[in-house]
Order: sequence, then C-alpha cells, then structure tokens
Amino acid sequence: MTRFLDLLVGGISLGFIYALIALGFVIVFKATEVVNFAHGSFLVLGGYVTARAHDHMPFIPAVLLGLAAAGLAALIVERLFVHRITAGNVNALAIMTIGVDIVLITELTRRFGSNVLNLGDPWGNKLLHVGALSIPQSRAAAIVVAAVLIGAFFAAFRYSSWGVAMRANAEDGEAAALMGIRRGRVTATAWVVAGVLAAVAAIFLTAFPSPGLDASVRDTALRAFPAAILGGLDSTGGAVLGGLAIGLAESLTAGYNVTLAGGSLGDVMPYLVMLLVLLVRPSGLLGTKELSRV
Amino acid sequence: MSSPVTGSTLDPAPTPARRPAAGRRSFRPSVPTLLRIVLVVVVAILPIYLDQSFMQTGLFAMAAILGAIGLTILTGSAGQLSLAHAFFLAIGAYGYAYFAGASGGPGSAGASGLGLPSALAMVLAVLAAGVAGLLFSPISGRLRGIYLGVASLSLVFIGSFALENFTSITGGFNGRAIPDLSMFGFTFADSNPPLTVLNVPYGRFERLWYLSLVLVILGYVFAKNVLRGRPGRAMQTMRDSEVAAAVMGVNVRLTKAGAFVLSSMYAGLAGVLLSLVFTHVVPDYFNLALSVSYLAMVVIGGLGSVGGAALGAVFVSVLPQLLTRYSSSLPFVAQPGSGGYDPGVVSSLLYGVVVIVVVVFAPGGLAGLSRRLTVRRRQRPTASDPTSVPQV
Repeated sequence: MTRFLDLLVGGISLGFIYALIALGFVIVFKATEVVNFAHGSFLVLGGYVTARAHDHMPFIPAVLLGLAAAGLAALIVERLFVHRITAGNVNALAIMTIGVDIVLITELTRRFGSNVLNLGDPWGNKLLHVGALSIPQSRAAAIVVAAVLIGAFFAAFRYSSWGVAMRANAEDGEAAALMGIRRGRVTATAWVVAGVLAAVAAIFLTAFPSPGLDASVRDTALRAFPAAILGGLDSTGGAVLGGLAIGLAESLTAGYNVTLAGGSLGDVMPYLVMLLVLLVRPSGLLGTKELSRV
Repeated sequence: MSSPVTGSTLDPAPTPARRPAAGRRSFRPSVPTLLRIVLVVVVAILPIYLDQSFMQTGLFAMAAILGAIGLTILTGSAGQLSLAHAFFLAIGAYGYAYFAGASGGPGSAGASGLGLPSALAMVLAVLAAGVAGLLFSPISGRLRGIYLGVASLSLVFIGSFALENFTSITGGFNGRAIPDLSMFGFTFADSNPPLTVLNVPYGRFERLWYLSLVLVILGYVFAKNVLRGRPGRAMQTMRDSEVAAAVMGVNVRLTKAGAFVLSSMYAGLAGVLLSLVFTHVVPDYFNLALSVSYLAMVVIGGLGSVGGAALGAVFVSVLPQLLTRYSSSLPFVAQPGSGGYDPGVVSSLLYGVVVIVVVVFAPGGLAGLSRRLTVRRRQRPTASDPTSVPQV
C-alpha cells in the first residue's frame, strides 16, 4: 500500500511536470495553430542555460536566466518564422518547427558531449517524510510549483485582459483583430509563456530521482506530446488532465515493473495510452470535435 | 507562380511538336525525359569510377530516394504528416532479416528466422511493412492531419522498444546480421559468381547499385503514375479539403489508409535495401532522428513532388559524406569526435536550417524552384501540373 502511495505521489508530480510542458504546447497551438515540435528543445535549452549560469551565480538568478533564454528562443522563432507564414497550412508550420528542433538539439547535443549537467537545485536528494511516505523534496516542490503556475495561468486565462484576448484570438482570429486585439502581441506572448513553462519543467524533470540534464531529456519531454494530444490539442484543461494521466501511467508501469518480452514498458506507456484513447476519441478527451457543415 | 489563368486562356492549341503526326507514331522525347535518360546512364556508369565509401553513400542515397518517395506521397500529396517512417523502414529491414535468415545462423545473435529464399523474403518484407501500415489504419484513417503527426511519433518509440526487446526476431540491442540477397543463381555479394567489368571487380556494392537503380526507376515511375491517376487526384483533393473530397465521392478514410499503406511499403523497400548495404542492422539506427531526416528530404525537395523527393534524399544523404571527405580543406569544420563542429554536426545544422528556409521562403522546395526557373525561361506559365506542390 505504501508502495502504491509512493508511486501515486511520484506519478502525480511527474504528471504535473508533463502538464506544464503540455500546457505550453496547447497554448502555442491555440494561439497560432502550430504544433511546436521544437518544444522539447526549448526545454533542454532552458535547462542548459540554467546549468551553465549556475556555475557563476546562485540558483534563483540562474533559473531566471534559463527561463529568459527559453522564452527568448520561443519569441525569436515566433517573430522570425511563424509570424511570416500564419496563412500557410498547419503541416508546413509543424515541419518548420521540426527544422528549428534539428538545429537546436544538434547544437545542444554537441555542447553536452558526454556530460550530464546538474542544474544545482537546492533540494538535492533530500526526502520529505509524510506519515509512512517518503517523497523526494524535489518531487514535492514540483507539485507545489506546477500547481501554483497552472492555477495562475488558468486565472490569467480566464480573468485577465490578456486571457480574454487569447481566447478571442483562438475562437476567431480575424474577428478578434477587427475588435482591436493586437494579434501579433497575443501570439508572441503565447510563445513566450510556453517557452518559460518548458524551462520551469526542465528544472524538475532533471532534479533528483532523474540523473540530470543531457540531450536525452528531450525524449522525456516529448512524452508530454501524448499528454497534450490525449487531453485534446486545443484544450488547456485537457493538457493538465492528459499530463496527469500520462504521469500516473508511466510511474505505475515503471514502479510495478510491468514488462513485455523482458523490457520495462514505462517509457512507452505514454504512447500506448495515447493510441488507445485516440482509437476511441480521435480528437482527444476534451478536444473540440471538428464538425463540418456542408 | 504567376496567374495561370491568362496563360491558359490565351494559349494557342497545343504545339504540333507534341503531337505525333496522324497515322505514324514517332517517338520524340521531350528535353526533361532526355535529361532523365542521361542521368540514368551516368548513374549506371558511376560504379566503375567511385571508391567504396562513395559507393556506400550512393547506395544509401538510392534507398533514401525510395523511402522519400513514399513519404512525399503520404505527407505531400495526401497531406498526412507522418513521423513514423523510421518504424516502417525498420519493419522492412528486420522483416527481410527474419524471412531470409536461418535460425541460429552466424551473427544472428540467437534470433530465429524462416530461411526462405531471399528474393521471396524481400517481397514479403515489403508486404509486411504494408500490413503494418494497414494495422495502423484504424488510427491513421480517422485522425486529422496534425493529430496524426503526433500519433505517428508513438510508432517510433513503440517500434524501438519492440526492436530491443523481441530478441527472438530482432536479435535485441546488438541487432542481427542480414543474409545476402540472391536471385536466379546470382548473389548480390562479393563473390558467387565472381564478376569483373572493365577490370573493376564487381562486389557487393556494385551489384546492389544496379539492383537499387532498377528499383528506384520502377518506384519513381510507379509513384508518378499513381499521383497522376485517380488515386493521386483523390489524395490531393482530400489534402485540400476533406469535405470537398467526400462530396466528390472520394472515400476519405480509405484514401488516407491507402496512402499510409503505400507509403509504408515504399519505406519497407527502402529498409530492405538499407539493410543489404549495412549487412547488419541495429535498433539504434531506426530512431526519431531518422524519421525527421526523411521529413527533411521531402520538404527540401518540395512536398508532393516525386522528383523533388529524390533530389532531397540525395542532398540529405550525400551532404555528411561530402563534408567528412573534405573536412580538412573546409574552414570551421572540425575533425570527427573532437567535440567541435564535426561533419555530422555541420550537416545536421545545415539541413535543419535548409528545412526552415525552404518552408519560410521557398515553399515549393527544390522542385518548386526548378519549376519557377523553367516558367521564367519560357516566358509563359505552363499548364497546371496535377502533381504540383501544395501551398505550404
């Protein structure tokens, strides 16, 4: 039972991290209809800058630098490329982000070499004891920070004028522009927010139970894609739900060592869950079904 | 492209040169056809001159052409983004190894095999890739474009899990050896029968070269015809509007699934050829980066263009080799393994940048550029080409 609870907490914290990544993915999709395959590289970039900056400064400023770097990278991509081809089809934009991903991850991989970097987070391998449970402090911090950020995001999305502009833009971009909403500014903020959320996720994705930061973290970050798809690409609530589902599925499968032909299924579980959900609901759990009137 | 309307309405009747005189059929190939014939002849002569490492690169490029043609049909013409291409390449490669390999043979790492005749195994491997594509059709037939892109991502990861763990078929992490291909008593390997042409010993690479060349030509012609015919029109209509396609009587689900199956069979064939060149396949090769590089090929070449896919495939496969060969004379290119900008890194960066530039500035890719040049030279727009590039 304790083991189950342990795995449950682990899964929830992993799920919140995935939710942060998936949320960025969904925000970008809602704002610009781009499926951003470079999202994983933004995450690694944020982590990399944090790790390098931590050599010269305390943790918090280093993190801020990392967040700024990831946000800036996202902003540059949006301004330079996405902005120019908003009228194009979604596939072209997705392929363009794949190009960005190739460039970023190649350069980062080259910089990593065979090193595994430590982001210098203050939690180390300390444990938090709650009753019979012992949770790594980093995991607990992940839950708290992610919950606060996600809550803040939803509040802003619902009540702030930025959120209203975002939603109006997602609903009908042209009408929103006619109502005086500056679309360029809305989409740019969306990309920056997504980049920053990814960089936050980088901190927790590489903290204690994980070995640290190297280019393979991108593959871990990619598992948030199933989370976004499974929740529904255009649903922010779905991203959180999908993130938690994927996190729990992965944690429980890995924890109970569910195997197939001798290999642990933990790493592929997110993708299996996604395929199963898509079989039943082709536009995800909470995604809008596309209806076409003729 | 400039407005085709004025051109086509003001155009006179087709020029007589294109029409054979009545009663007597004369064969007068057009300039592009002649160029293609010259290209094939040149490629057929190359093995006499190229050294082994360039031969290998050329073989990779030819296999890549087949794979890229498959992907351009799916992503370019049918508009279905797929990142699963590496998975289907793997099915082709491992399928061939399984069907043709003998159980417990040398280098099989304990993997079993059926020991079928290798030519039959090749056909079966391509069919197996097609069946794998068909099995994915409950998903590929229903999802909208971009959902499919991410869903197909899963096949790569599930595939590499399977390759590493189903050891009785795949040989596990260390992979398994690929049996030689032989047909009608002729083996595509270094001997049996020994063969020397113009004092050049024809070994494995030279023999596979001609096999690949024939397969590439067949694959090219087949794809051209499919795209020009009814299925191709159906795919393009579906890409532009699913509703319109359905209204015109196109079975959208069937067309999507069909495009997926066809594309995976091309990938399977490419996988078989690759494995024959490698002589040993490992799971590590068939990763996400491989899928992405195929996507890069078709985008660089121009989505939906068969010839463009071939050009893109050659560009992406030959670039690293050229950079490696001439790295010492190029400034800023470091030696491999030095942690600097070695040829592998530089070529990855280059094709990443080229992908971005193509999508943003030259949506037609190489095929679009060459079409634009021809149009400008003729000073009039050509009649619309059914295999024309989608607006990306």
